[in-house]
Amino acid sequence: MSKAYELRLYVAGKTAKSVTALNNLKKYCEEHLKGQYSIEVIDLLVKPQLAEGDQILAIPTLVKKVPEPVRKIIGDLSNEEKVLVGLDIRAKNIV
Amino acid sequence: MPSKKAPLTPKQPLHELPKTPTGITGLDEITMGGLPKGRPTLVCGSAGCGKTLMSLEFIVRGAQEFNEPGVFIAFEEKANELATNVASLGFDLNDLQQKKKIKIDYIHVDRAEIEETGEYDLEGLFIRLNYAIDSIGAKRVVLDTIENLFSGLTNQAILRAELRRLFQWLKDKGVTAIITGERGENTLTRQGLEEYVSDCVILLDHRIINQISTRRLRIVKYRGTTHGTNEYPFLIDEDGISVLPVTSLKLEKPVSSDRFSSGIPALDKMLSKGGFFRGSSILVSGTAGTGKTSIAASFCNEACLRGEKCLFFAFEESPAQIIRNMHSIGMDLQNHVDNGLLQFYASRPTLYGLEMHLVAIHKAIKKLKPKVVILDPITNLITVGSVSEVKSMLVRLIDFLQDEQITVMFTALSLNTVVNEQTDEGVSSLVDAWLLIRDIELNGERNRGLYIMKSRGMKHSNQVREFLISDEGLDLIDVYLGPEGILTGSAREAQMLLEETGQVLHTHAIGVKDSELLRRRKILESKIEGLKSEFESTEAELNKSYIEEAIKKEVMQQNREKLTSLRGKEVDTINSKNKKNKK
Repeated sequence: MSKAYELRLYVAGKTAKSVTALNNLKKYCEEHLKGQYSIEVIDLLVKPQLAEGDQILAIPTLVKKVPEPVRKIIGDLSNEEKVLVGLDIRAKNIV
Repeated sequence: MPSKKAPLTPKQPLHELPKTPTGITGLDEITMGGLPKGRPTLVCGSAGCGKTLMSLEFIVRGAQEFNEPGVFIAFEEKANELATNVASLGFDLNDLQQKKKIKIDYIHVDRAEIEETGEYDLEGLFIRLNYAIDSIGAKRVVLDTIENLFSGLTNQAILRAELRRLFQWLKDKGVTAIITGERGENTLTRQGLEEYVSDCVILLDHRIINQISTRRLRIVKYRGTTHGTNEYPFLIDEDGISVLPVTSLKLEKPVSSDRFSSGIPALDKMLSKGGFFRGSSILVSGTAGTGKTSIAASFCNEACLRGEKCLFFAFEESPAQIIRNMHSIGMDLQNHVDNGLLQFYASRPTLYGLEMHLVAIHKAIKKLKPKVVILDPITNLITVGSVSEVKSMLVRLIDFLQDEQITVMFTALSLNTVVNEQTDEGVSSLVDAWLLIRDIELNGERNRGLYIMKSRGMKHSNQVREFLISDEGLDLIDVYLGPEGILTGSAREAQMLLEETGQVLHTHAIGVKDSELLRRRKILESKIEGLKSEFESTEAELNKSYIEEAIKKEVMQQNREKLTSLRGKEVDTINSKNKKNKK
């Protein structure tokens, strides 16, 4: 599969923040990137060794691997504006 | 007897705070055993003061010496950078990592990459830490420097709450942790980490005084245990960190009444039983060029000849220079160096601070374990510290040496002032024996006079000896005490010559007088002889007249008798006449 957007969401168990983040992310992607994205959810409680690779500190963290540059968005993704800017869907100067 | 009573059990020792030894030289002494086990310790200090190195050494020593695996979480340097940085200290991080003794995890926080939206926590960090700890069964954890999180993440409220949770989590996990922190303006750390870590705080400091830098360490607090409270200097060298608990408060040193020679037989004779005590401290002071180094070298030469190890700290000359110079007075120090008995340790005093010197001296002594230590000269240390600092350093050094039963000889350059003489660096009260060499200037020449100012616990000569340095070595000779006072050098020689001449003249004069007497005697004797003969001749003359008279008488008698016989009658008449006349 080659999607324009490869997104990874790191979570640690089913915490409220993780669930919120995942829901928010799905919502934004459906709105703005319909059909061109893939979301991989990684539960660090299950695979802790994966935390090192993407330098994960905070939970939840959304990592955009593709397209370059790699960006990380931490938090429950409640601020749509920031998420879209962070994912380079929307340029920063446009409010 | 109440039989219900439980049998006496040995008294339970009071529950003391368990500690984790760091393995860092000296640090465990100051902390009385190490860092608090299972608790986080904060190591803070300004940039370049050795925080990372200290915490890394904690991990490495733990893995190597105490079989406690450790996790090093680096926020600043990458694992391979760290490995390169500490390779010079002999720490092979890669090897240790492969053996699963340590794990180095680099956590990169880059604000440019991170966008924050809404609520989050640092569970990711916890998971990584947990994973790292569990993967090698770590007992020790270092977080270096966790403050980097503050530059990467903006939500301070979350960060602080999470840090508090992290330290609690570390405690619950039962690992002994070191958290490093950058020194702040008015706080111990820039982000106030000391709020969260309250069990043990160690402050590192890198101070520059008179252009000389000294690293110091202080335990700001250590809950639940006693600890050294002073500032302790520490050294970073090829063996890692060494901290020196330099002040011993006790005066409970073993003493020895063994004596040994100073290498100068005449000096030994000045001391009552032939030398200095083992383990004593000897100060040799004097003005420039009085032969202090020579005395020290001879002392160390003698020790080496006895087969004892000797350590020579030279602060003024290079070892080669000393060896060459001492060769000229008949001492072969090179031989001792080759035999491994003598070691030189030469450094410029300005190389590092006073405390650093002390640490270095300690290290060198601990390594070689010598019987005799020479410091030549201590006065040069003044260039890197004040008199009182030098004194306090020497107190601690003497303390240490006496503990180890090491004999030490200091040389000190005294200036040509009378005031200074009694208080050479203020150490004269500390040392057991003090030799003073003085220039005696007389008749346009300088000579050396040696005194024993003091020598504790033994009788010693109170006389000044002239100190001679010749091709054969060092010697002391009695100075000349003449009617004009003390004479040394050529004045002494001259006086001795003068006396010798006097002696010869005297003998000569006596000879002359003797022969005069003899002559007189002869004259008198001859006079007596003359008188005797005169008397004899007078006597003879007198005798002659006697005889003549007697002869005359006889002749006259004969004549008379002849006449009488001739006259006959007449004779009677005459006779009668004579008879009448007689009547």
